[in-house]
Amino acid sequence: MKTNRMETMQSWLSVDVPAIEVEGVSFRYPTTEGRERIWTLDHLSFHVDAGEILGVVGPNGSGKSSLLKVLSGYLPAGEGDVRLGGLSLGTRSQADIARLVAVVPQEYAQVFPFTVAETVLMGRFPHRTARWWSMGIGDETASDLACAHHAMVETDVVSLADRLVSDLSGGERQRVMIARALAQAPKILLLDEPTAFLDLQHQIEICSILRRLKEERGLTVVLVSHDLNLASQYCDRILMLKAGALFRLGTPQEVIGVDALRAVYGCDVLIDRHPESGVPRVTIPSYASTKHIRDHM
Amino acid sequence: MTDLASSWANAGAVLTVHRWMAVIGGLLLASVAILVLCLQFGATSVDMKTVATAIMHMLRADQEGAATLGTSAIIMVQIRFPRVLMGFFVGAGLAAVGVTLQALLRNPLADSYVLGVSSGSALGVSLAILFGIGSTFMFLPILPLFGFAGGLMALLLIYRLAQSKSRLPIHSLLLAGVILNAILTAFIMFITSIMEPNRSAGLMAWLMGSLTAPNYPALGIFLLYVLCVLVMLMHKAQSLNMLTLGEETARSLGVETEGIKKWLFVLTALLTGAIVSVSGMIGFVGMVVPHAVRLVIGSDHRLLLPASALVGGMFLAVADTIARTIMAPAEIPVGIVTALTGGPFFLYLLLWRKDRMV
Repeated sequence: MKTNRMETMQSWLSVDVPAIEVEGVSFRYPTTEGRERIWTLDHLSFHVDAGEILGVVGPNGSGKSSLLKVLSGYLPAGEGDVRLGGLSLGTRSQADIARLVAVVPQEYAQVFPFTVAETVLMGRFPHRTARWWSMGIGDETASDLACAHHAMVETDVVSLADRLVSDLSGGERQRVMIARALAQAPKILLLDEPTAFLDLQHQIEICSILRRLKEERGLTVVLVSHDLNLASQYCDRILMLKAGALFRLGTPQEVIGVDALRAVYGCDVLIDRHPESGVPRVTIPSYASTKHIRDHM
Repeated sequence: MTDLASSWANAGAVLTVHRWMAVIGGLLLASVAILVLCLQFGATSVDMKTVATAIMHMLRADQEGAATLGTSAIIMVQIRFPRVLMGFFVGAGLAAVGVTLQALLRNPLADSYVLGVSSGSALGVSLAILFGIGSTFMFLPILPLFGFAGGLMALLLIYRLAQSKSRLPIHSLLLAGVILNAILTAFIMFITSIMEPNRSAGLMAWLMGSLTAPNYPALGIFLLYVLCVLVMLMHKAQSLNMLTLGEETARSLGVETEGIKKWLFVLTALLTGAIVSVSGMIGFVGMVVPHAVRLVIGSDHRLLLPASALVGGMFLAVADTIARTIMAPAEIPVGIVTALTGGPFFLYLLLWRKDRMV
């Protein structure tokens, strides 16, 4: 088991293997079967390099969240292959995947009173060696605690350790969920709308954390976002989905344009440059200039 | 790093071996104390000294020594001791089932009685009795098997309903349970109505929840059975923790959710089936006890599960003692006592937490 893990680690150290390779992946929910062949994900092919931040954007129902679930192995790809670090998802066990990929889901609905420290420590679960006689009691080693603590330092939630997660504010809770994911010591971090429902300050906070993790840990990040400006600002590349198919993939400058957004979102927007970084900036047109849309309604 | 561990442990932020030992050890001592106390009360009160002597004689298997103590010792050894012990294990099992169902359905009000799982088991057992499979005392192993089958069916039905949307709101789940309960109870009523009156009266008494203990060998098998299932549940305590985060997150943490869920369903149905077949329908222990325990010791299932089992055992032992003594020499079904204490608590939770549940 241990040597296995070492080999995995080594394959990650070689730079030329992309962190994520997606080849001809299609997926559809069983409920749509029998109806016309509607693919939720339609023959997607792309790869994500190690240490890259990829933003996935697209309108509602374009398959963004489904794509994340396929990448994490939660939903099986109907066709095609997903490879993580050169190894196909299908050949890996759930625990093996968990040591490589951590997921921060869109909503966190915990109905039971767990403390922040307990929640973050759950991230160490895939790394534990089960001893059947202990029944899980005292399985946390000193290094588990250290790892969880480090993750909490990085997301600035140490002071919340003994608070109940259910009592936290939205921004704090999101940081705890990222800390839990980091405690997993993953190579790949998948986030579904990490900044939804957060105010400006917390949006910047979360994105800065992700940026720092990429630089310090070489973490590969795939994040789904509705916020085109945030994606443009913080992602190395952007993948734009339209009805489950890849519409465009490239740097923010290459992907975000008036024509592309019209084709994908079906509306006109204004695009200029960010005054500091020069990346594309999307602005919703004024009420007066959208008269022609309202006329059609 | 030890500083870190101890600071978290002091604040009660994480579960440590130390805390586990302290809580479980304390509860074990309390359980023994409660059991000895419960032995004293009943239609005839037995003083502490006789209880102690009788237990000593029993432990030494000293028949003649016990005989010298007279009637009260015979009551103790033959009736009260097995009954108190069975009450304790039935309560422990019910609380463990409650904890497991609550984690599986991610719903703090889930309980085998409220959701109709107990009714499913009861229907299975009633059917077996109707067709004359096993009598009231020879319940091993056929009746628990029917109870298991009925409970598993009800459980799968409820789970299907809960799964039809990503997460069924608490009220819908409870409503589904109530309706399933009503349907299953109708079947049970039908069965009792077509039975001979004297047999149906026995069935009704059993359904209302009674802890009349069987003979010692049968009791021994029951205790061993409950203990085994409890240990097997304990082995999945960590997975229960992960499952409360939601299935997708549990999977992303390396839990083989599909297999574990099936295994937990089988274990809960096995436990419910056995409990219902020996003690009928005893409600609310599985809901009230884990809830109260969780408020005090937190949600980590490695501690919550055994602690709830011990508290559930004590709760039912006390409830049964009340049922035995309050109208002495007559007895009322213990299910009435648990429903009268648990029901209002359930309502209180439902109303108090309404805003946070939907």
